[in-house]
Amino acid sequence: MKAVEANSITHRFGKITAVDDVSFSVDTGELFGFIGPDGAGKTTLFRIAATLIIPSGGRMTLFGLNVVSDFRELRNHIGYMPGRFSLYTDLTVEENLQFYATIFGTTIRENYHLIEPIYKQIEPFRKRRAGRLSGGMKQKLALSCALIHKPRILILDEPTTGVDAVSRTEFWEMLEKLKEEGITIIVSTPYMDEALRCDRIALIQEGRLMGIDTPAAIRSSYGKRLYAVSHPDRYRLLLTLRGMPQATSPEPFGEAVHITLREGTTTEDIKRLLEQAGIEGTAVNEIKPGIEDVFLELMKKEY
Amino acid sequence: MEKEKVIEVKDLVKRFGAFMANDRLTFDVYRGEIFGFLGANGAGKTTAMRILCGLSRPTSGRVTVAGIDASRRPEEIKKRIGYMSQRFSLYEDLTVRENIELYGGIYGMSMKVIIPRREALLDRLSFTQYGDMLIHALPLGLRQKLAFAVAVFHDPEIVFLDEPTSGVDPVTRRQFWEMIYETASHGITVFVTTHYMDEAEYCDRIAIMSEGQIAAIDSPSALRKQYGTASVEELFVKIARPQKSKT
Repeated sequence: MKAVEANSITHRFGKITAVDDVSFSVDTGELFGFIGPDGAGKTTLFRIAATLIIPSGGRMTLFGLNVVSDFRELRNHIGYMPGRFSLYTDLTVEENLQFYATIFGTTIRENYHLIEPIYKQIEPFRKRRAGRLSGGMKQKLALSCALIHKPRILILDEPTTGVDAVSRTEFWEMLEKLKEEGITIIVSTPYMDEALRCDRIALIQEGRLMGIDTPAAIRSSYGKRLYAVSHPDRYRLLLTLRGMPQATSPEPFGEAVHITLREGTTTEDIKRLLEQAGIEGTAVNEIKPGIEDVFLELMKKEY
Repeated sequence: MEKEKVIEVKDLVKRFGAFMANDRLTFDVYRGEIFGFLGANGAGKTTAMRILCGLSRPTSGRVTVAGIDASRRPEEIKKRIGYMSQRFSLYEDLTVRENIELYGGIYGMSMKVIIPRREALLDRLSFTQYGDMLIHALPLGLRQKLAFAVAVFHDPEIVFLDEPTSGVDPVTRRQFWEMIYETASHGITVFVTTHYMDEAEYCDRIAIMSEGQIAAIDSPSALRKQYGTASVEELFVKIARPQKSKT
């Protein structure tokens, strides 16, 4: 059975179509990521999956249960972590966890094994009020609360936004462990580099899915040979490459500019042309396209 | 050629009671440089940046920003810098034009100066059509670009950016970084704090803070080489992962 099946889900807020005819399915035990910027529709889609809003159109089921008609039953199987921290800030760490366990008719002890690797890290602060925790600790507590009733699926809306890179890495390591327990996970993030941690990803922009596949397949769908050009004066390099018809679609990527080559152009040609423009000693190397390269390409096609 | 220092920090210490938030920081930032300031939550980034912006005073050490001593004349620093945060930067209930006027006015510019500069700015950003729209009606990407333009509207010597592009789509993010490059090419120093390591790759140099100290400082490529990591992300996790079971 599929963990999630979404058929033509659409959701409108007044005149705005936040989610536009979205279809996808997630296998049981899969770690599935939605990658897209703010305003892409990730949160709306997740709230529909979490049975919190009713879609304007389309049909979604989780483990065969309909998110609209079977919401009561379904809620027992869902662990939802909203994008904004929404635990009780005036309750302590322990009280929050106790509260969520009680609502779902279970106890902390019963499912402690599931949260142990995560909760252990914040247990020294169990008497601290949730509002006084650091970003990374809040995130761990929220995940513990979402897990305490042993859900079959975790719905995590941007769990790593605003969290430092160390905590983010730890968080993804925790998700991998939960996956091994057989829990299906759908997770959203605006950060393209996190996509590589997922089994499959959906690229989402302005309410529409631009592609669904494994990260490796998404990367190889780029279809063209990609090169990274680097030089210490990056701004001048970028502007020069922009004015060069032989270098197609130059895009800044941190220290380098990524380009594709017009047919018949070699990397040596590019180096020479740059030299003629007064930019000497550039390095031009072929690279493997990343998720963000593909995302940019797809965005250009859309408009 | 000797590079001109616009920020000089020597043995900066900031203590809150027994807690040492900044533990003898020493570093310089040069004119026209894009400088990334990284660190895990609680590493002391915010504390140091507040001092550099004139919002808080060092416990000891010497901090000079745009030639001004941060211990003695922090108010003077505020006039010479720009600041943009991801959390808040523009007034949502004011129009684009009104926001620019407000910020220009706060920095002591007269309307005679503000108006032509404002119109030139809107034109350069291709924003003229949005001029009389309220900020809350603008898409996030446009807001971020405008917020940056407003932060450098009074021609500061240094602009501080606090996680400027998190959550922005990849196309807008690139346009944003191009604005940063352009600004830096005019000699304005850009000081960026961020949790996001791909953003760090755009910087000329980065400093990574860990437990109140600077654990590493250099260009992203030099640091990657030095620590043998493929990305700044890996490098960061290697350097900034704090010792377990503290606090």
